[in-house]
Amino acid sequence: MNPATRPRGRRDDVRLLAIDRRSGETLDGAVDDLCGLLRPGDLLIVNDAATLPASLHGASLDGSEIELRLAGRGERGRWSAVIFGAGDWRTPTEERGAAPLLGVGERLVFGDDGESLRARVVAVDPRHPRLVEVEFEVDEEELWAGLYRLGAPVQYAYLDGALDLWSVQSVFAGPPWAFEMPSAGRPLSWGVLQRLVSQGVEVARITHAAGLSSTGDPRLDRLLPLPERYAIPGSTVAAIARTKAVGGRVIAVGTTVIRALEGSFICHGELRPGAGVTDFLLSEETELAVVDGVITGMHGPGESHRHLLEAFASPALLDRAWAHAVEAGYLAHELGDIALLADFDGGALRAASGPA
Amino acid sequence: MSIPSTDKNPTFNLHGAAALITGASRGLGRALAEALAEAGARVVLVARASPELDAAVAAIRSRGGEAYAIVADLGDKRSIHTITGRASGLVGPIDLLINNASTLGATPLRLLLDTECEDLERTLAVNLVGPFRLTKVVAGSMALRGRGVVVNISSDAATEAYPEWGGYAVSKAALDHLTRVWASELGELGVRMIAVDPGEMATAMHAAALPEADPDTLPRPETVAASILSMIGDPSRAPTGARLSAPQWGEAGR
Repeated sequence: MNPATRPRGRRDDVRLLAIDRRSGETLDGAVDDLCGLLRPGDLLIVNDAATLPASLHGASLDGSEIELRLAGRGERGRWSAVIFGAGDWRTPTEERGAAPLLGVGERLVFGDDGESLRARVVAVDPRHPRLVEVEFEVDEEELWAGLYRLGAPVQYAYLDGALDLWSVQSVFAGPPWAFEMPSAGRPLSWGVLQRLVSQGVEVARITHAAGLSSTGDPRLDRLLPLPERYAIPGSTVAAIARTKAVGGRVIAVGTTVIRALEGSFICHGELRPGAGVTDFLLSEETELAVVDGVITGMHGPGESHRHLLEAFASPALLDRAWAHAVEAGYLAHELGDIALLADFDGGALRAASGPA
Repeated sequence: MSIPSTDKNPTFNLHGAAALITGASRGLGRALAEALAEAGARVVLVARASPELDAAVAAIRSRGGEAYAIVADLGDKRSIHTITGRASGLVGPIDLLINNASTLGATPLRLLLDTECEDLERTLAVNLVGPFRLTKVVAGSMALRGRGVVVNISSDAATEAYPEWGGYAVSKAALDHLTRVWASELGELGVRMIAVDPGEMATAMHAAALPEADPDTLPRPETVAASILSMIGDPSRAPTGARLSAPQWGEAGR
């Protein structure tokens, strides 16, 4: 499947593939068609995290060029991060220069004198030398100023041009928590959301600090996602209870929403409002307790995200849907098309697609 | 709050609210920032670089308020996500946006026939497109959370056709109508949009426009700021889509 190589001008132009998670039936549509595919009583839950300029180019004090990608916010002003070697986003990460091996205490500098941001490596993960914790040598106010002055959103080698900060935000983004864009929510426009609301679909939110998607190093990628922080408002917990009570479907927009909700459920034995950090990993073995369906990017066999979708449908069913999507010219990756994987009433997708 | 919100004009508590005020280094903007901080809001002051901006933040902090400065030019589109990202990082997602920054355009003020097209474009960029960009970035999150107020600072030049106020006047008239259209689109979602004509005030901007006016005869920006805070807290008298006059509000409150 080809990647989408630039943000599309109108969010509604993104295509939507509806997949019945039981029968495997599919329907080719557009994001607008969500209005016909969701029913009154359904609940759409989005991740409202805004995307940070999480990529910082700089150098270690011995002059080795590095890119630091922030990946998580820890306690006491510490940030987890992944070190990349020389080169920019035009080079696929797996072909970038070797990342320098940094030890604890190593100092890093980003930007030019006077306007620079300095950090210190305070921990190196024993599982992989590129996974570190850093502490910035400034207060909170200077840190936010420095990040937005010197940072850029994490970029992708398949792009035609570098992504601006505004290209990696959803239309409802608020708290700047995400290290990469929570991409499944990006195609949703307020036009679509308002139509859904007017027809009786509820829309609720969680905030989840979506982390890095890949690093180009398979050994490091196996450690992803790192534990991520999330916050679930009480109003969302109440909306989920209302939805379950009337037999509606809880549809997560993106796997980060699933991670927050199912992670909280596993941690507490029930869904609780509040903030937390989750290391919950969705897989084919997951018995979903909260979420009934998902809106996701296009993920094919072999991709890590594809395993997550096996919590919703069998590999054979997902393979067939994928083959159809490739054939039909859907676009992949962060700016690509989306799929809605959920239970539909018998024949609902056939009916929505009109006469064959 | 999950949408749809049930209340078109929910009450708004300033205590703990995350507030973003543009043009906050002096005049009405500074008075608003000080009054909001006094009321317990966490305020972010946006302005172009100046010692006055730092002084405004320092003054609020010295009285125990929470305030931060962000240096930015609202006519520059690259500054918008930087402002909202930094501000939300410091004080949380924005609950109250006050689009107060504006430019008179070239001064001394001049007839439309003598106005350079580029000056008009710059005036619209700062007074109309800048507030649109900022509102667009914060109002989506407000709508999703079912909570938020946006105040657009207007002028009586938006409704009265004074000679020589052309570019400024049309930018404010457009801002008024932008407020109404935002309100018509977002009213059901718990986001309140109001436009406020602050009336004449003893500010540097007033002096630049009307150098002959005696500042001692004009209302002080602190007085006007108090009226605007009262509007923010009073959704029944200041409902979404309203265009309100601060002098009249002050009179009615007496």
